[in-house]
Amino acid sequence: MSYESRPVSARYRQNLRNNLGGRLIGILLFLCASVTVVTTIGIVAILCIEGFSFFAEVSPIEFFTGTKWTPLFTSKGFGVLPLISGTLLIGLGAACVALPLGTLTAIYLSEYATPKIRSVLKPMVEVLSGIPTVVYGYFALTFVSPFIKEYLYPEAGPYMAISAIIVVGIMIVPIVASISDDALRAVPRELREAAYGVGSSRLEVTTRVAFPAALSGIIASYILAISRAIGETMAVTVAAGARPNLTANPLEAVQTMTAYIVSVSLGDTPHGTIEFKTIFAVGLTLFFMTLVMNVISSRITKRFREVYD
Amino acid sequence: MIDSASEGIMDKGTEQESNSPEVGFALDDSKESPDEMEAVAINIDALSLWYSGVQAIENVSLQIPDSQVTALIGPSGCGKSTLLRCINRMNELIPGVTLEGQIKIHGENIYEKDVDPVAVRRNVGMVFQKPNPFPKSIYENVAFGARINGYKGNMDELVRSSLEQAALWDEVSDKLRESGLALSGGQQQRLCIARAIAVRPEVILMDEPCSALDPIATQRIEDLIRELRNTFTIVIVTHNMQQAARVSDKTAFMLAGEERIGRLVEFSPTQELFTNPSDSRTEDYITGRFG
Ligand SMILES: Nc1ncnc2c1ncn2[C@@H]1O[C@H](COP(=O)(O)OP(=O)(O)OP(=O)(O)O)[C@@H](O)[C@H]1O
Ligand SMILES: [Mg+2]
Repeated sequence: MSYESRPVSARYRQNLRNNLGGRLIGILLFLCASVTVVTTIGIVAILCIEGFSFFAEVSPIEFFTGTKWTPLFTSKGFGVLPLISGTLLIGLGAACVALPLGTLTAIYLSEYATPKIRSVLKPMVEVLSGIPTVVYGYFALTFVSPFIKEYLYPEAGPYMAISAIIVVGIMIVPIVASISDDALRAVPRELREAAYGVGSSRLEVTTRVAFPAALSGIIASYILAISRAIGETMAVTVAAGARPNLTANPLEAVQTMTAYIVSVSLGDTPHGTIEFKTIFAVGLTLFFMTLVMNVISSRITKRFREVYD
Repeated sequence: MIDSASEGIMDKGTEQESNSPEVGFALDDSKESPDEMEAVAINIDALSLWYSGVQAIENVSLQIPDSQVTALIGPSGCGKSTLLRCINRMNELIPGVTLEGQIKIHGENIYEKDVDPVAVRRNVGMVFQKPNPFPKSIYENVAFGARINGYKGNMDELVRSSLEQAALWDEVSDKLRESGLALSGGQQQRLCIARAIAVRPEVILMDEPCSALDPIATQRIEDLIRELRNTFTIVIVTHNMQQAARVSDKTAFMLAGEERIGRLVEFSPTQELFTNPSDSRTEDYITGRFG
């Protein structure tokens, strides 16, 4: 009744050759996976090399504490704070718009909406993220900013951070809503039923059981959304202007780090000059900012989430 | 003895029907009538249910006695869980469910328009097939229901007494702050029972509470069910006929025909149903001839 007549030891030998195919596939897949890793390492390496050569000429103290960012002018100022403040203003401002709106949308979609409403609404929310960002930028410039100028704050210039904040905020709502909705819906039905079974209202089931259980996914959506807001360039450049400005006033024009990098790399600044190297120093700073944000948020997630499986 | 008991129920039913329109709720009646052998806790009357237009149970009427254990048995898919989940309006959470008939708990129709299903579920606790503790601490699991229902008393006391009633206190008293998920399956199920008890319901529904447990854990739950019947009205769904025979006072046998619509076949005292069933289909089922 045995499948083969060869002795057992020989069958094992045979298998070894079959394994070679399996190993090749494994190696191939590994190579594919390595592409992203190698790219990341390459980017970090270039950022570091160019960034350090920048810091050989400009002291980090001046860079991180200076309040004037005028590297392209004759009286050069290399203080990055105006760019950081611009970035944080837009990033945090957009988060203030998107996190509550996105979270509540997700809660509505997963907990309150009937299947029918949901099947219409969720694709509509997701379409928002397919609109090219430059469209958002011009929407801000031609509609939001004039509206604010006309009705709320006539003294404002044509560019203002607040209108960038609003449109970037709206732009990242789908990220929060869609991923948080998925996270909420992944919470097992048994858990919800347990909560309903002891007399919880829908709101209590949502806030005390579903939300804590989905927290890691929800925080992940926040990180992704904020990273996207910080990295967003086009809409911000169009709406908020291109003036490095150390301010927390959202009615003024500001420049973000990414907007600066783009303006220099697209401009006619010669490669290899100190002016050009600023973009690597700025890039390196931005990289660390997002890194720190990721670390902090993963701490927060670990601390508060409720693991349900 | 047994006969007169079931007659008592029948009398009760007709009596309620005769004077219900103007008097309304028979809550006080049932407590007062002295020669009542068994008070009816749950009166299921001509209940039918559809899942998105597909009928699952038809015209089930059942008087579940107070402070006793009632078992629901029957082959898979005959609508036991469906019927059970009607008693705390859990089925409403499933979109597309429609229902006809009524269920009165101590005389009060829980499907009346102005009845809040949340309040019904507070009064009718539930233990599920798969242990489903919250991913919170043991303490928080038990306190959960009491907290959301605005319990004002001493929470530590409540948690302790509920765990004691669920025969779990001795095993967890030194690790109340640890996650409920860190317990064994049987302990988790007793935690879920403690969680249900802590809300102080009148009725506890159990849907195959032992099906995920080993024989020893099962026995502990069965012992517990017998304990709890003094305090609560218990309705238990089980696939295990020995279990039904061991823990229950009355047993309902359900069956779905060709069209897959569940109906009640027989409802009698457990001993009678298992030794001297009045319907031949019940006999076929308990002797293992089908299902
Ligand atoms: N959520 C649902 N949606 C649609 N149909 C359902 C749903 N739940 C149950 N049903 C159907 O209703 C019928 C009765 O199901 P139910 O779960 O009540 O049976 P059961 O007696 O508890 O079976 P089991 O012993 O296998 O648990 C089955 O035909 C089932 O397919
Ligand atoms: Mg079932």
